[in-house]
Amino acid sequence: MRVLIIAKEGIPGEAATPPTPEAMAAYQKFNEELVKAGVVLEAGRLQPSSQGKRVRFDGNKRTVIDGPFAETKELVAGYWLWQVRSMDEALEWLKRAPYDGGTFEVREVFAYEGM
Amino acid sequence: MRSSRTRACEGALAIGQRNGDANAVADANRAIEAIWRIESARLIAGLARVIGDIGIAEELAQDALVAALEQWPAEGVPERPGAWLMGTAKHHAYDLIRRRKTLERKYEEIGRDVELAQEGIDFDAATDDDVGDDLLGLLFTACHPILSKDARVALTLRVLGGLTTEEIARAFLVPVSTIAQRIVRAKRTLTEAHVRFEVPNHDQRNSRTASVLEVIYLIFNEGYSPTGGQDWVRPALCEEALRLGRILAELAPTDPEVHGLVALMEIHASRLSARIGPSGEPILLLDQDRTHWDRLLIRRGLAALENAERLGGALGPYALQAAIGACHARAATAAETDWPRIVALYDGVAQLAPSPVVDLNRAVAVGMAFGPTAGLELVDALVDEPSLKSYHLLPAVRGDLLRKLGRFEEARAEFERAASLTDNVRERDLLQKRAAECTAERLSG
Repeated sequence: MRVLIIAKEGIPGEAATPPTPEAMAAYQKFNEELVKAGVVLEAGRLQPSSQGKRVRFDGNKRTVIDGPFAETKELVAGYWLWQVRSMDEALEWLKRAPYDGGTFEVREVFAYEGM
Repeated sequence: MRSSRTRACEGALAIGQRNGDANAVADANRAIEAIWRIESARLIAGLARVIGDIGIAEELAQDALVAALEQWPAEGVPERPGAWLMGTAKHHAYDLIRRRKTLERKYEEIGRDVELAQEGIDFDAATDDDVGDDLLGLLFTACHPILSKDARVALTLRVLGGLTTEEIARAFLVPVSTIAQRIVRAKRTLTEAHVRFEVPNHDQRNSRTASVLEVIYLIFNEGYSPTGGQDWVRPALCEEALRLGRILAELAPTDPEVHGLVALMEIHASRLSARIGPSGEPILLLDQDRTHWDRLLIRRGLAALENAERLGGALGPYALQAAIGACHARAATAAETDWPRIVALYDGVAQLAPSPVVDLNRAVAVGMAFGPTAGLELVDALVDEPSLKSYHLLPAVRGDLLRKLGRFEEARAEFERAASLTDNVRERDLLQKRAAECTAERLSG
């Protein structure tokens, strides 16, 4: 199955402070391990929401809203797309990530429609 | 041993605190299963490097799993489960070696263990690079040419995929006892032949790699085009094969054919969901809704193909077949397919890896590029080929070409014949449907 790992911001001022070199190295090591295990399909880190936009739909009306957005806990800072055999496997991998804060959401992606 | 385990369990997850709760035990067991999938290959590989025998290494790893199943539900999952499993397996290994040492004079062939025991085994010396080499060694050993193809497939899924015997049996639609025997015999064969646990050197590297690639592709194809059973596709097997291929591409990044195979599998897998209709019926390539193709897998496949090309030299058979898949992937509609290029690529495959099946595929491409008459001429030349005698796709292809030429009665007979030759239920239905269409077309024409 394919799962999307969503890294929630949870920190006011989102990504304003760049990670320390040590944190980056630990992250890279973890990511490398995931890649070597054939788990990572895709990964990406997002620019802060101050550079993001939202489009609100209301009937025929479309309203474009400029960032930054206020609900910092719900803001997405990055994502991974993983190929795993079960939700449990995704969780076991995720628990090994070298983070000391923040929240990560794991969501299964619909696959093989019609089967 | 007790104290080291207790230490390893510090910071354990909360699972054990609901001790006695059936749900908690079920949670722990699911977590253990997931951890096993993540850790087992590295565990077996690390043990095999030291012990020199993957059969014994696998048994030691299994013992560690049993210990985990006994202890983790009550005590909690340790913070570093991989290290815990390795530590436990190590203790079992020392016990084993000690016991064997006492039998030393009786069994001289296990001198290696004794030698190692005297040298002082260091299970912990492995670096990250070594782990990669260990895994590669495990893959090469499980896919050793001394073993039959079936044995290689079963052993690879077991020791590298972390699948249980039951799961492998289910995937291949054979009795559990068959797979269990296959694995036991494979391990015994490797032991008796004194197959060294190692990454083969330069002289042997290419032929041994070919054996590994063959096993991975066999697993993929059994998922992509099951030879029997009720399902038209079995994606779980494709995913196992892709995972093994992706791991191999990380471990052996300089081998172009490894990337070629990964490219081929990624591109084919991109069509898995488009290949099957709402009620499980097959949809053939040219009839597929291309918007359902998985763009991510196509992109990954094209990138892998580029890796193969960048590594230089002429493309190998897998990379060439991936390049054929890429032709389809790049065509927004079936009509836009570059068939002459596909014919040229099949020429390349036929030169490197000649086979009647490749000739048949090439004939299909020729039929698309230069018309059904040209295609049929090539297919007719294959009709007496002994190895295609019971290959259902020969009459299926021939039926297709005859139908395009308006020779409906002959086409119908070919589709009927093809249907009688396949063991896959879905495919048989499709071929019978085509035969019926030919009858209808003949009557209306």
